[in-house]
Amino acid sequence: MAKLNMVKALNLALHQEMARDPDVLVIGEDVGVDGGVFRVTEDLHRAFGGTRVIDSPLAEAGIIGASVGMALYGLKPVCEIQFSGFAFQCFHQIENHAARYRQRSQGRFHCQMVMRMPYGGGVRALEHHSESEEQFYAHIPGLKMVIPSGPRAARALLVSAIRDPDPVVFFEAKALYHAAREDVPDESEAMPIGRARVERDGRDVTLVGYGAMLRVCREAAEELHEQDGVEAEVIDLLTISPLDRETLTSSVSKTGRAVIVHEAPKRFGPGAEIAASIMEGAFLSLEAPIRRVAAYDVPFVGFAREKATVPDVPRVVAAARETLAF
Amino acid sequence: MPRTRLEPQFAVEHLSILDSDGNLDTSLEPDIPPADLQRLYRAMLLGRKLDERMLRLQRQGRIGTFAPIKGQEASQIGSAFTLRPTDWMVPSFRETAAMLLRGWPIARILLLFAGYLEGGQPAPDQRDLPVTIPVATQLPHAVGLAYAAQYKEDDAVVMAFCGDGATSEGDFHEALNFAGVWHVPLVFIVQNNQWAISVPLKKQTHSRTIAQKALAYGLPGLQVDGNDVLAVYAASREAVERARADGGPTLIECVTYRLGVHTTADDPTKYRSDEEVRAWERKDPLTRFHAYLEKKNLLEQGVDEQVDQQIARGVEAFESAAAADPLGMFEHAYGEPTPDLLAERAELEGRVRETPGRSTGDGQPPLPPPMRGQREKSRWQN
Repeated sequence: MAKLNMVKALNLALHQEMARDPDVLVIGEDVGVDGGVFRVTEDLHRAFGGTRVIDSPLAEAGIIGASVGMALYGLKPVCEIQFSGFAFQCFHQIENHAARYRQRSQGRFHCQMVMRMPYGGGVRALEHHSESEEQFYAHIPGLKMVIPSGPRAARALLVSAIRDPDPVVFFEAKALYHAAREDVPDESEAMPIGRARVERDGRDVTLVGYGAMLRVCREAAEELHEQDGVEAEVIDLLTISPLDRETLTSSVSKTGRAVIVHEAPKRFGPGAEIAASIMEGAFLSLEAPIRRVAAYDVPFVGFAREKATVPDVPRVVAAARETLAF
Repeated sequence: MPRTRLEPQFAVEHLSILDSDGNLDTSLEPDIPPADLQRLYRAMLLGRKLDERMLRLQRQGRIGTFAPIKGQEASQIGSAFTLRPTDWMVPSFRETAAMLLRGWPIARILLLFAGYLEGGQPAPDQRDLPVTIPVATQLPHAVGLAYAAQYKEDDAVVMAFCGDGATSEGDFHEALNFAGVWHVPLVFIVQNNQWAISVPLKKQTHSRTIAQKALAYGLPGLQVDGNDVLAVYAASREAVERARADGGPTLIECVTYRLGVHTTADDPTKYRSDEEVRAWERKDPLTRFHAYLEKKNLLEQGVDEQVDQQIARGVEAFESAAAADPLGMFEHAYGEPTPDLLAERAELEGRVRETPGRSTGDGQPPLPPPMRGQREKSRWQN
């Protein structure tokens, strides 16, 4: 057991999975000698060599497309897209191919591959370096979409993603890379994809978050407890797709109220699907309209204005109070 | 600091062995055993004849839109013929002749163009990717396959196909670049058929040849007469052997012509002249190869009839295939179906059961309720 930040925890997962399975390769821009711009792939090149830890040419479609080919052969590439904002240059490879080969070939081929991408704000970064685009991937049949909320979950979910027979888009919140350290077991640990986790028990309102927004939900719950005597239940989604509707339904069946929090713009975002799922599963328990706290629907704001759009504790607390007062 | 001249060895060769008038350059004539020459011809003939049959099937509404190959038989067969079964073939969507050579059953190809998922399934040990429709996007997959083969110390070579239009796509350039940097065992076959739907080559690229694009990525590029099966074969064999011997990737531009429509939804009279088509018809790859075999006394008796029968059997197998089971759509979406898919499948199963005889939504007459695994009378056998 060691106290690790999310970068080190992810790195541990990669080291252990590469040691465990010679078919696991790492590929991306600067992932080799440099160890990745966020150091997630640090020392892998030294440990496993340049044939398995590939510094690719600077071309996202080439990275994902070549990884698809490797996966079709039977390898298990873990690709890094340096920032999720650049993934539109390989979006067609993800949507048209990684997600579809199993269906297109009727099971003859499949793409066991992980597409890691740092996402989200909070690091004073330029355009294309601070957006949240999970909704695009969550909408694609054939893909899985995972977003861990801290070091231990990140390590355990990356292990599962690497072992998962389907392509997984794996978002890593940049704001969490160095934010907190957690105890992470030395021995390998996996966590099921497709399961949310009840992070805090409560009876009055359900706060749903993931990635960097989980901390915001947790702090909002504490504030509601201290200032209002309200007990908020906090759900850490962990997997966006496939969505764990059961955990959402059972929580809201109990609380009757829900606030969904994400950094992605609100319209057509994950909050819409989560709200629909709650409506379908817990309609008769609902006491108030479901609220969404999300980024505003503008293309891009720049980090000088970022705090005004990324959900924070006061906005989540205010939304919870509104649903409680309804 | 002077301005100096760098002199990299840039040269693009054009290879032609058997021209449209039947002239043969015997110094370049590849040494192909007679039985293989006959197989080459038979495969080209099958490609041509199935193409003609598919056009009729499409006009009759028995299959949907497809991309005919007429005129490109030599480019496809001359190249794919040089692969071993353990090599990989990565097609785009106009490689039907090459796919047949690689062992795809006629019935399966017809199913694909009749809208059946089942048509995209290669045999369990077949090293062929299914048809890829978004232009050039299959080329990076070929690079990855070749990298993986090398990584696993498998001596397989990968052959990837695309057309002249594809050479404008970013994925084409990324694939060439990755292939060059990684030095993978890969042969790119560009079927330059002069037209990307209605856009002629001169609007596609300002390069004199497509072959020269390879040079910028550090790989050899060669242009061949794509209607000369001997030239395509000779160039491909050389490239495949080089790749297998760790000599890296090659690009071969096959200069050919799409004698027919782009797809069955296309009307080429809008954008190209009859004279142009007539001129290319005189360069027909089958005619000149037929004459070559005739001269060598290698034409097989009855080959036409045998190919016709093969096609008839394939069409029959296609028409007797079970109707598409609507529930089949869920089987290969994920390794294990997600809870959402299980729920959707149950919902569809209920609907199928409640409304026997309902149509599958493809505009065809209603089908009897399908039973999984049960072969049904074809909807077309009336």
